[in-house]
Amino acid sequence: MPVKGAEKKTTQPVAGGVPTQRRLSQLPRQSIITGFRDDDQDFGNMPDLSDEALRPVRPDDQLKLTDAELNEEHTRILTARNPQAAENIVRFSYKDRTFKPIPQVDQLAVHFQLDGNLIHRDSEEGKRQLVRDIGEQALGEVETTPTKAADTEGEPTTKEGEDEDEEKPKKPTGPAGKGKKLTNQFNFSERASQTYNNPCRDRETFVEQTPRSVFTDNVSQWSIFDAYNEDFDQQQKAKEKEHKKVAVKKDDERKKKFVVAEQTGDDMAKLARSKSASISLKILERMINQNTFDDIAQDFKYWEDAADEYREQEGSLLPLWIFQYDLTKKLACTNLAWNTRYTDLFAVSFGSYDFLKQSRGMFLIYSLKNPSFPENIFITDTGVMCLDFHPNHPNLLACGFYDGSVAVYNIADEYKRPKYQSTARNGKHTDPVWQVRWQKDDLDGNLNFYSISSDGRIVCWTLVKSDLMYIDVVQLKLEKPATEPDEGIPLATLGCGTCFDFNKQQDYLFIAGTEEGKIHKCSKSYNNQFLDTFDAHHMAVYAVRWNTFHPKIFISCSADWTVKIWDINFKDPLFVYDLGSAVGDVTWAPYSSTVFAACTADGKVYVFDLNVNKYEPLCEQIVVQKKRTKLTHIVFNQNFPIILVGDDRGNITSLKLSPNLRKKPKVKKGQEAPEGPEAENAKLDKILALIRDPDDTKNKSISAQQTSTVPATTS
Amino acid sequence: MAAEGGEAETQQKEESKRHTYPLVRTCDMNDELKTECMELCVTACEKFSQNNESAARMIKETMDKKFGPTWQCIVGEGFGYFIEHEVKSLLYMFFGGTTAIIVWKCA
Repeated sequence: MPVKGAEKKTTQPVAGGVPTQRRLSQLPRQSIITGFRDDDQDFGNMPDLSDEALRPVRPDDQLKLTDAELNEEHTRILTARNPQAAENIVRFSYKDRTFKPIPQVDQLAVHFQLDGNLIHRDSEEGKRQLVRDIGEQALGEVETTPTKAADTEGEPTTKEGEDEDEEKPKKPTGPAGKGKKLTNQFNFSERASQTYNNPCRDRETFVEQTPRSVFTDNVSQWSIFDAYNEDFDQQQKAKEKEHKKVAVKKDDERKKKFVVAEQTGDDMAKLARSKSASISLKILERMINQNTFDDIAQDFKYWEDAADEYREQEGSLLPLWIFQYDLTKKLACTNLAWNTRYTDLFAVSFGSYDFLKQSRGMFLIYSLKNPSFPENIFITDTGVMCLDFHPNHPNLLACGFYDGSVAVYNIADEYKRPKYQSTARNGKHTDPVWQVRWQKDDLDGNLNFYSISSDGRIVCWTLVKSDLMYIDVVQLKLEKPATEPDEGIPLATLGCGTCFDFNKQQDYLFIAGTEEGKIHKCSKSYNNQFLDTFDAHHMAVYAVRWNTFHPKIFISCSADWTVKIWDINFKDPLFVYDLGSAVGDVTWAPYSSTVFAACTADGKVYVFDLNVNKYEPLCEQIVVQKKRTKLTHIVFNQNFPIILVGDDRGNITSLKLSPNLRKKPKVKKGQEAPEGPEAENAKLDKILALIRDPDDTKNKSISAQQTSTVPATTS
Repeated sequence: MAAEGGEAETQQKEESKRHTYPLVRTCDMNDELKTECMELCVTACEKFSQNNESAARMIKETMDKKFGPTWQCIVGEGFGYFIEHEVKSLLYMFFGGTTAIIVWKCA
């Protein structure tokens, strides 16, 4: 078979031609394997036509040609001619007025066409866009608005306005104009946004350094040894209590810490109980109290009733603090006493006046600096009826009880037990003790005090070392009735003493008041007899007081609603005041010989000044909160112009005296202001002289043969 | 003489027996902290009875892990010291008759 090499490259199949050659690779493998030659050789080696499988398949519609025709050679040439294009296009030529064939027919065949949207940067449009962008940038950078740039912008923008879409993108201003990427105006859009950033704030703090302390020691073999030994010994001791102590005592300070120093318990609790802390706490408490009662404290110090200038004969009492304590609400205040050294400290005793309702009693020590809570609380088995501070030892407090015993307390003591107490064997009274009073130390230097009681005895108690010794000083014998049966042993009945007071100048002289209404003038030296007796009142005498300055005048008050002022030498009272209700207590003012105050069972306090008005009180004021509270006791303060009033509900009210109530007499110009006891006496004497002159003849006492003039000097 | 010598020996033995338990000399710690620390010290000293350094290392590192950073520890038989410690973080004890241990916390 002839080899057709060059023609082999034709890809076009011969139309209708017989596939005379077949590639070797197309032939089935089997034929290749069965002894065929290489590909390089006879390419067109025809397989044996005898083989049925290798015989080419002839389609049915194939042209039937003879072999000679089959072997003809055809030449093919590749040209760029479009076979689809027409070859004989004829056009009418107007010049020649004939149809002429076109010499060249367009051979271009368009297979695919797509319109793009990129523009070349060097094309006119591209250049224009570039220029415009640079112009915008320039505008942004330079503040002055260059008109040129605007113009150049204007041009392209107007031109493009027609072409562009609505979306006019914002080009990002790059750092340099040239290196910017060109983005298509129509499709490209950029969006940017800025999230909200919370503002920053600086915070700084300074932390305290943790508390540290220093620790130092020296350790060596022998110290370890010693420590063990000592510990062991201690253990032994604790167990058996019969061990020989290894005498290894060093002077090392650290040895003191030998006991396993465990810090037990709450540090705060320990701190609170320590002494130094208690002082701080006390001060703190007082500060808080001062803050709470600040206005009262200001009043106490500075407030003076201005209205007193306008009313001559009147004064007023300004209520200050009210001292209350829970446990005393049911008890009545039975006595009040200021401390002799500490002018803000006072003691209040509580008990019950009711015979049927007797319960425990107590006495409290209050300070003006702390009105909310008492400084000291002493609880007793029976009601405390009276108390008195020792003038020289301000911590000693003598008190008398409802059950008749007396006791001496040391209020500075931690244990709230009395130092001395009288017992049934020791001469205690058989009836309530109504008053106790300290006296000057006796000849041996022992402290002693007096007590008076309803059993009719006035007893002197002496503190001898650790004992309380008693001596019956006076017995209040009742006057024997005139008619007495001769038979029978005359029993000496005793009256009931309720109060007494010792003369300030003559210590041995004292007066005692009784329940029968009599006042006896007695002396310490005379045991059985009274020096004198006054038929003072119709009912029990509740208080007798010597005048602070005048040695001969005293005042008494009673349940028969009256207050009477007496001269010791005269049987009849000098002044009598009816106060409309049982008078619980009366007391002279410490600063004036003519001022005294009384408190009554209807809750009123009366203040009199004989210098101003002899018959009417300067002040009559209800001081209790609730009605039907009886006032039981009243005392003046030595240094401050305040009075304390106790009532039967367990409250103590403090009141400030207005200026009118604490007047000193007006001084004529040029004269020195008279001061001191002599002046006070003179003042009182003047008053007494005024009232006494007309009554002169009637009031002579039995014993004294006095002239009408009252002795002006003290004896 | 022999009896006395024997007595002295037994006494010594007794004494050495006495001194093996841990004896706290100074402690400025809360109770539970104290017990844990003591146990730790005893364990460490028993474990590293020959090597004080390892014992101290163990104590210090365990304390750091358990109770917070910067504990210091010294284990020894004879030394003097002057230290500053945070309040409520000091333990000074003897152990085994010969060793003293001091543990404190200070940044």
